Amino acid sequence: MKSGGMELDIVPVSGELNVGPQHPGSGHLRIFVKLNGDIIEDAEIDPGYVHRAVEKLGENRNYIHLIPLVERPAILDSVNMNLGYILAVEKILNVDVPERAQYLRSFAAEISRIASHLYGMGILAIFIGHSTGFMWGFGDREVWVQILEALTGARITNSYIIPGGVRRDLTPAIIEMTKKAIAFQRKKIKDWERIFLNNPNIKARLQDVGVMTREQAIEWGAAGPNLRGSGVYYDARKSEPYGAYSKLDFEIPVYKEGDGYARTLVRFEEIEQSLRILEQVIKDIPEGQILSDRFFKQIPPTRLKKWWEGQRRIVMPGYYASFRPPKGEAISRVEAGRGELVYYVVSDGSAKPYRLRMITPSYRSIYVMKNLLKGARYADLVSIYGSLDYFPPEADR
Amino acid sequence: MSEKPIDVVAKLLQERKIPLKVEGDTRGSIEVDKSKLVETARILKEIGFDHVKTVTGIDYPDQSKFQIVYHVSSFDLQLSRVILALKTWTSYKEPVVPSLLSVWGSVWTGERETYEMLGITFEGNPDMRRLFLPEDFEGVYPLRKSFKVKTEGLFVDKSS
Repeated sequence: MKSGGMELDIVPVSGELNVGPQHPGSGHLRIFVKLNGDIIEDAEIDPGYVHRAVEKLGENRNYIHLIPLVERPAILDSVNMNLGYILAVEKILNVDVPERAQYLRSFAAEISRIASHLYGMGILAIFIGHSTGFMWGFGDREVWVQILEALTGARITNSYIIPGGVRRDLTPAIIEMTKKAIAFQRKKIKDWERIFLNNPNIKARLQDVGVMTREQAIEWGAAGPNLRGSGVYYDARKSEPYGAYSKLDFEIPVYKEGDGYARTLVRFEEIEQSLRILEQVIKDIPEGQILSDRFFKQIPPTRLKKWWEGQRRIVMPGYYASFRPPKGEAISRVEAGRGELVYYVVSDGSAKPYRLRMITPSYRSIYVMKNLLKGARYADLVSIYGSLDYFPPEADR
Repeated sequence: MSEKPIDVVAKLLQERKIPLKVEGDTRGSIEVDKSKLVETARILKEIGFDHVKTVTGIDYPDQSKFQIVYHVSSFDLQLSRVILALKTWTSYKEPVVPSLLSVWGSVWTGERETYEMLGITFEGNPDMRRLFLPEDFEGVYPLRKSFKVKTEGLFVDKSS
């Protein structure tokens, strides 16, 4: 090749490379890539470095003891993890949940979704060299985590949702905090647009990178924002409304480009939709109980007086310690921050599940990422990984 | 909407002579022999069930067999309300079932995980290798009921 009188020899270089396993991005994961020059010819995703054996331990713990375990894989989105499991258990138990508790579930779930998206956005930003975005993502998330702390008592791993209702009631102070946070987040989203979304560097790294067509997204079983970034209108909150979602007004953002930028835009717009949901919950939440009567009646009167009447908190009745649901099975789905989360619980009538199957959105992204990496440039590996919002602990479970 | 989502599916399946057990407004299950698994899956895909949500293997040691459950659903607006469980059985002696990878790509992760956790081979899936477990994992097939979780005792110092 002659250019400007200089001779240039191109030597084909191929080889294999380990990305990770020590925390290449959002958690421990090994990606084994076969390179030809800087083109990825094949990628092998090797998860399992943060495997918690949730499904095996699930067969060895009582139903109620499983709550802290199932929400652990995605601590940033623990309310949704908790909610999906409880929905499956409630289906087997056949419990009615009071209206106020349904609203509180949606309230906590949306705060969790915002926090999860901000975290994902921060990780994506640092992946592609935008460290301000990383700081902002974590900084903004703090506001939402503090609301969760005020509501549930814990920043993450809240264990807020229990069979039949929720543990604590909303207080005027939390409503005030939330109103402030909504105003703050709206202002910050404008800043995010200026510094991140409309940033030419970010656009160059994300647009037309990791393109997934609608057909591919369906075939590979993508979930959540990754699916909606490829033009599929699907959201478990609409297909099978749980919590108070059937009474709330919100839209599902869909983009048809299918690239990393479209997935990022979907997440951004979902934050705005979640803010709208929070406003409606604050406005419309009905008065009433937060735990199903069937369980509420079992709380001893002295404890009710101290905790429920004094502080609007539920103390768990003894029933929870080792209840035995009837024989049966249930499959539940919720829309967690990263996408659809599915629980399949089989009960044999004992105090422990016979089989607990947990399919998280990141688990479904394993196959998507493997396929998207094939043929991509090596430098785009991080932007594909980041734009899928893949979270190894969630995938490993 | 007057008609339940599952009824629409039931009608479609009846025309194609597939027995469906209705388990609620949006849930149903189909139990087939493993020799008819791929055929049934193809029919389900034809009528619009375009992806698999989970692949679950369940061990029943008292009957010496495994149940394999595929939860099938769709991204279509109407069909997405329904989740169908496609169930089949295989024995301890011959833990092999045909892979559905040729029908739905989305079974890839689930089949691979079921293989390493329960030792069920999916015939036709080229990736029957370990996925989550470490290469030097001791003991085989952790999700079988015969695999017991070793727990550490709880020690409490009793001071006098």
